[in-house]
Amino acid sequence: MKYASIKKEDLNIWLEYLSGRARLYAPRKKENLFVFRPVKDISEIALKYIPTILPPKKYYFPQKEKLFKFKIRPFKTAKAIKEFEDFILFAVHTCDIAGIQCLDVIFRESPEDPNYLNRKEKMIIIGIECLEYCDKHANCTSMGNHVPRGGYDLMLVDIGEKFILHINSEKGEKLIRGLTYIKEANDADMLSLERVREAKKKIFKEELNGSLAKIYETFDRHFASPIWQDVGRRCVACGNCTSVCPTCYCFDTSDEMKLSLNEGMRYRIWNSCQMEDYAKVAGGEDFRKGRDSRQRHRYYRKFKYPVDKFNRYFCTGCGRCTRTCMAEISLIETVNSLLAAESGTPERPSASGVAERGEAK
Amino acid sequence: MIDREILLEKMKTSPYKPMRGKIIEARMLTDKEKFFRIQLEGKINLGHEPGQFVMVSIFGYTEAPISICSSPTDKGFFDLTVRNVGVFTNKLHTLNKGDIVGIRGPFGRGFPIDHMFGYDIVIVAGGLGIVPLRSLIRYITHNKNDFGNVWILVGCKTPAELLFKEETEEWMERSEIKINCTVDRADADWHGNVGLITTLIPGVDINPARTYAVVVGPPIMYRFVIAEILKKQIPEYQIIVSLERRMRCGLGKCGHCQIEGVYVCQSGPVFNYAQLKDFKGECHEKAV
Repeated sequence: MKYASIKKEDLNIWLEYLSGRARLYAPRKKENLFVFRPVKDISEIALKYIPTILPPKKYYFPQKEKLFKFKIRPFKTAKAIKEFEDFILFAVHTCDIAGIQCLDVIFRESPEDPNYLNRKEKMIIIGIECLEYCDKHANCTSMGNHVPRGGYDLMLVDIGEKFILHINSEKGEKLIRGLTYIKEANDADMLSLERVREAKKKIFKEELNGSLAKIYETFDRHFASPIWQDVGRRCVACGNCTSVCPTCYCFDTSDEMKLSLNEGMRYRIWNSCQMEDYAKVAGGEDFRKGRDSRQRHRYYRKFKYPVDKFNRYFCTGCGRCTRTCMAEISLIETVNSLLAAESGTPERPSASGVAERGEAK
Repeated sequence: MIDREILLEKMKTSPYKPMRGKIIEARMLTDKEKFFRIQLEGKINLGHEPGQFVMVSIFGYTEAPISICSSPTDKGFFDLTVRNVGVFTNKLHTLNKGDIVGIRGPFGRGFPIDHMFGYDIVIVAGGLGIVPLRSLIRYITHNKNDFGNVWILVGCKTPAELLFKEETEEWMERSEIKINCTVDRADADWHGNVGLITTLIPGVDINPARTYAVVVGPPIMYRFVIAEILKKQIPEYQIIVSLERRMRCGLGKCGHCQIEGVYVCQSGPVFNYAQLKDFKGECHEKAV
């Protein structure tokens, strides 16, 4: 069975069952926002939520992660983590699943990162499809992440009385096998799913004023745009945008010593390209001086560089960077201003070779 | 492509864990730079290419990327030369013969030795640039018959800052290598050239199509040197540069060394000028 269904009243029974299988993380309310947390009380799980303050990244790429233990005398290194534990991420939005896929690409690329891969190996993702917008800051439709595109083990879709469960892996299948309250989806269920998806098309519209291909091209041409100076002038270099981004993975390393000063642990800690010393070398040369060039770098690491390298946009459309920005720098606004600047400039000769003579600068 | 078997195997070891490296020789070269000769456990060779770097660990002080300044033809050990400029290098300077450091690597791409066979070589070193270039120079001196004429141009601020003095004198004695030094400011004992390193370039007599120019130094130096070399008509892809960047992992992950979409630690630190000149910003590597 590829699609299953579960009645809404049975969902908590299933969640009880899941929490017995592995450590369960799910979103819940925190003041006026939401966070992923280990589930202690199933009734606290929020199925309808705007993207959590931090993406679930904190569980598979922890903010502070042990790399290895060391001893100075005699020189020795040892594994820091004996065993990684099984865990389930529950009710993950499709934008955050896209974020996980981005990090997969990064950490699977040779030389592979064993810390990430080990955590990923133990991770089970149960997604939930959004049927309406979380808020005005999301640009998931433009990024193509408003609908499921793989990367999960199970996907929940609310069809009214029931949830449809899309089974996308062996791991996912195992979590519903033999449960009487989870049944194979019938024709009526599948019809409802179709209707839900149809209805979604009327709600979700591209938020950015141009196709991805157009955006890529625009980034290619607007490296020197005054828009970056404008963004840089407003930026306060706090690094919030990178901390909350599901596809930011830059880190720094740090050694912490025990009181003996002979033993310690090397950690890696999230770092941000927005920090002043990020690209500075010991001799004092700074290769990305200025908040404008650092902000530009962040945007290019979402819309240009990873596309060149992996044919993948590293913006998932979750909208977190905009939501968290103290200076109200909006991703949608920035990209749209670039697009506007692009359409304001004379068109380049088209691919067919029909050049508009006299218009080129 | 993802081969699960291979991935599972790779997940068992960590590329973040350093090897044990024993300092078997340590001495100050100038008042700021210290030379270290390091032996890995079992005297195994590092297996590097000239121009590559290692991540040196001092537990409690994390890591720093350091150029390897010996040639792979120097067996059983490798050399580093480090200027004391920060917390990490300050600590490294307190270490001496018998002390242990952590070593990861070698990382990155070195000088394109295989492409340089049969070419004349012009090596231009500014200040600390001689350190990574020493790996290339030693390699060439050990394999001289593979290469055509070799010029070495060395520049630094004052004679006191000149590194590898004795070795430079040895190189000077070799008839197949032409070496020329200059300083910005001379002292009483200095009898060589005085002036910027760019002034030495016009005097080098080469066939540009058959010449590789290898330039290493601070950005301000190689921008002008490259401009001078381009005047000599050496093709852009035969002008080789090695870049310095902040690095925390060496594995193309941590992000610090990135120039546009390129991780210097993996794709560099050695680049040819054709690769660099199209970078739009974020680096000072463009010729003036």
